[in-house]
Amino acid sequence: MATTTPRTRTSQTATPGAAQPAPASRAPAVIQLRNVVKTYEGGDVGLNGATLSIPRGEFVFVVGHSGSGKSTIMRLLLKEIEPTSGSIQVAGRELTEMPPKKVPYYRRNVGVVFQDYKLLPTRTVYDNVAYALQVTGHSRKDIRAKVPDILRLTGLATKLHNFPDQLSGGEQQRVSVARAFVNHPPLLLADEPTGNLDPETSIGIMQLLYRINRTGTTVVVATHDLHMVERMKRRVIELHKGVIVSDRPAGLQQPQTTDELGAMLRGDGTHGQSLNDEWASETEGLWR
Amino acid sequence: MRPGFFLKEAMRSVSRNAVPSFAAMASVLVTVLVLGVFIPIVQATTGAANEVRSRVMVDVYLSTKVADQDVERVRRTLNEDTPYVGNVQYVSKEEAYAAEKKRNPEAYQLLGSNPLPDTFRITPDRPQNINALRDALVSAGDPAISEVKNRRDDTDKILSATRVVKLTTAVLTGLLIIASILLVGNTIRLSLFARRREVEVMRLVGATNWFIRWPFVIEGVILGAMGGVLAVLLLLVGKVALIDPLAADFSLIAAPDTIDFRLLGFMLLAAAVGVAAAGSGLSLRRFLRV
Repeated sequence: MATTTPRTRTSQTATPGAAQPAPASRAPAVIQLRNVVKTYEGGDVGLNGATLSIPRGEFVFVVGHSGSGKSTIMRLLLKEIEPTSGSIQVAGRELTEMPPKKVPYYRRNVGVVFQDYKLLPTRTVYDNVAYALQVTGHSRKDIRAKVPDILRLTGLATKLHNFPDQLSGGEQQRVSVARAFVNHPPLLLADEPTGNLDPETSIGIMQLLYRINRTGTTVVVATHDLHMVERMKRRVIELHKGVIVSDRPAGLQQPQTTDELGAMLRGDGTHGQSLNDEWASETEGLWR
Repeated sequence: MRPGFFLKEAMRSVSRNAVPSFAAMASVLVTVLVLGVFIPIVQATTGAANEVRSRVMVDVYLSTKVADQDVERVRRTLNEDTPYVGNVQYVSKEEAYAAEKKRNPEAYQLLGSNPLPDTFRITPDRPQNINALRDALVSAGDPAISEVKNRRDDTDKILSATRVVKLTTAVLTGLLIIASILLVGNTIRLSLFARRREVEVMRLVGATNWFIRWPFVIEGVILGAMGGVLAVLLLLVGKVALIDPLAADFSLIAAPDTIDFRLLGFMLLAAAVGVAAAGSGLSLRRFLRV
């Protein structure tokens, strides 16, 4: 587990095909928390001695009640906050020792999705996604090449010129996922991505995240949607009051396609006529 | 592409925050205008004071009953033995009488005889040596000299007047600069607040700190530059419409050397931009956690 490979920016271009999540024992850890304690000002405990390791390419749920420390882990991984003590390594780099100047470059390698989407209301779907590339210094040519691609892959090809308030919640979350993944970061964090969505739309988002995971990206999802977690049969880390109370490995049964996953999540075995099928079939070839 | 991006974002902010932007711009304008008016005025008054200073002289009055050889002796003493002497001008009692009579004919008509003494008007080699020169003349104690007087009081008055003008200008400008910095800072703060979502997204996707800051710095500089340009234009209009015709008619106004207008305009613009940059820097430092 100590043989973590330092990631360079070139490794962002994930290679489809090297997608199979490898067994935890062999793959190098992308995320490594050791005895992490976070106490907020005023004495609230965010995390109380969390130790965990997430190998590359894994799909992990972090579950727990409000205040259990899910969001604290996410914010620590983004280096938005500093741990009170302990060590956090992401792709072999120690976050607690990272100089502030390097933090922006680190964040370019981490995609984030939030419950409230954090889209810019005054910009179109296309511009929202392009914005992420613009502010990280990508050339116009690069932006023109990447943005339509990612929007097609997330099923937003027909909504390019809509503004966020003209979209449904699920579509807005897709834009947010597209923005997080347009750079092909090796790590994607999702904090309650389905918190505002109805079950069927949530399944669509989960399918999208699973697709992204299948390209080799490590995906960490914080959620309290236990129903979904149960059905997806991925690794589940449960937090309670800042302590990891259980860490259940992924089930043996692995869905091979997102359709299978969708069926699993709906729990009815039908490859139902979901809203997502249209874009799913359109993009399948690109993702397998 | 990047400068274009920054400029576009900055202009967006300016138009979105029109009212506070206008207030900040107006404040910079007033500051620069006051500076632009008072710099030449201070220069002119200082110039006038210096002129009076250079005309500073010591009057040496001889006794009324001196012979010609006494006058010659004093003249020699002044020219050869006295330190700090710059220029010596002799005014005989007849010349003095003629000059005074011309100025006040009735009074001198009444007098009948000439009460005025022969006088030497001595300019010191440097204005600040005037007291030393006076002391030297007094201590020389030539029997023919009845009185030594200088015009120190006059210069002191003018110099203290310039000092007051200078001080007032400095205080006024200082206050205006502080007001401008705070107003620009407040505008940038409002714009930071209006764009907090953008800033949050930029942070999340890994924009560098300076990438986030630049649009705000540029916004401040745009405000400062607009205020500065307007102020310089107003000054130019004022100069062409008021000062230039006056200067053509009365040589007096143009007499003291004042700063070249192009140089003044350039300095004022630089000051406006500097003030605005300081204002936005202040706000960014306090309110933008990156």
